[in-house]
Amino acid sequence: MKTTLDILYKDMLIEWRARSRTVALLSFAYTILLLFAFAIGPDAAALRHHAGAYLWLGLLLCSTLLLDRSMRIEFEADAVSKLLLVPVSAPGLFYGKAIANSVQLWIVGLISIPMVIVICDATITEHWAWLVLTIFLGGAGLAAPGTLYSAMIARLSGRQLLLPLMLFPLVVPVVVAAVKTTSLVMLGDPMNQAGSWLVLLGCFNLIYWSLCGVLFGRVVEA
Amino acid sequence: MNVRWETYLGAVGFLMLLGAHYVGLFVAPPEAMMGDVGRILYAHVPTAWVGLLTYLVAFIAAIGAMLTGKAKWDALVEASVEVGLLLNVLLLIQGSLWAKPTWGVYWTWDPRLTTCAIMVVGFGVVLALRKQIDEPARRLTISSVATIVAFVNVPIVYMSVKWWRTLHQNFSSPETVDSAMVTPLRVAAFAMLFLSTAFVVRRWRLAVAQLTLEFDGPDLPAPSAPLAVED
Repeated sequence: MKTTLDILYKDMLIEWRARSRTVALLSFAYTILLLFAFAIGPDAAALRHHAGAYLWLGLLLCSTLLLDRSMRIEFEADAVSKLLLVPVSAPGLFYGKAIANSVQLWIVGLISIPMVIVICDATITEHWAWLVLTIFLGGAGLAAPGTLYSAMIARLSGRQLLLPLMLFPLVVPVVVAAVKTTSLVMLGDPMNQAGSWLVLLGCFNLIYWSLCGVLFGRVVEA
Repeated sequence: MNVRWETYLGAVGFLMLLGAHYVGLFVAPPEAMMGDVGRILYAHVPTAWVGLLTYLVAFIAAIGAMLTGKAKWDALVEASVEVGLLLNVLLLIQGSLWAKPTWGVYWTWDPRLTTCAIMVVGFGVVLALRKQIDEPARRLTISSVATIVAFVNVPIVYMSVKWWRTLHQNFSSPETVDSAMVTPLRVAAFAMLFLSTAFVVRRWRLAVAQLTLEFDGPDLPAPSAPLAVED
């Protein structure tokens, strides 16, 4: 637990010292939302209807930049080998980095909500806490497999291409559940379906966080 | 001539497949709702069953490879993922051919279809990763991890018709299928199983030979003298 907190503190400190990177990530999310709006055109109803999808596609694209950078700093000067020699336990390292990545995705997600409301003319018709919970579970669902995969390909030359290629198919259930819940919160949920989608999101998180935590040790040792 | 057992198994599987498809196409009654279009089930359903089974073999092999670090398990991962991928692509093609006359489109964003398409990419990435990594021990670990993670999608594919409202048919059983259709379906399923086993074993033998050389083979000798640069 202490290792996890130490790694989390280290990663958050690195991000705090290079705040421009977080700003760049937010700018990227903003640009993606604008591009979706430009691509759809002046159809306000379509924009409003698909606002949840744009929010999560923006977050998904941002996550690839974030995850690649997060693991690159560990592998660039072979810092990961030194960390393991300290010794830092591999699960502690994984959970520390995955939580740090989740926190950054939560920040980008939460700041993107007002952007979506403004750009897509979306409204929040259900309780806002559902949306925060969706961002929490969805961000975590992207971060856990993303952290594992970014470690797997950190030493490969084509990692910028491989990461989305590997990550996107794997996180489709997370994205589908997150988009569905977000859309229900924004457009209305007369059948009370949001809860069951959130349970599904929680189940995927449980699978990914446990499975990736077990496998991460093998990956960094390799 | 040294003929391996999988060659006989493959030949038996091929002959059974021909027989099952003959019965399926010309003897078995047409499907009650879809008519003759429904006859594709004798090819489509066995491909799906054996495809998922092949991925299960890949998953078990990946766990074996990670626990033992042996090239033989790694070779089984490579062989079963390749054959599984082939069956998966065949499955999508057969499904699209059936979907056009039945649903009016080759492709629709149905949960079963979508999860099957995701499975192609998930396991395709395993093969792409294997090509990217030269060091055998690292390749074994990384591709095993990727296979285990990709396998998470397989139960989702199987259960998708239960979990989501889907256009795709729900699970069938001998009770829900006419007895005249059950026999050719079963024969086709075993035929596909034998044929795929033959492919996996043959590919496994090739991979074992290649990987054993990589794992145990000597490093390339260093150049005896530096290259001379002429003025």
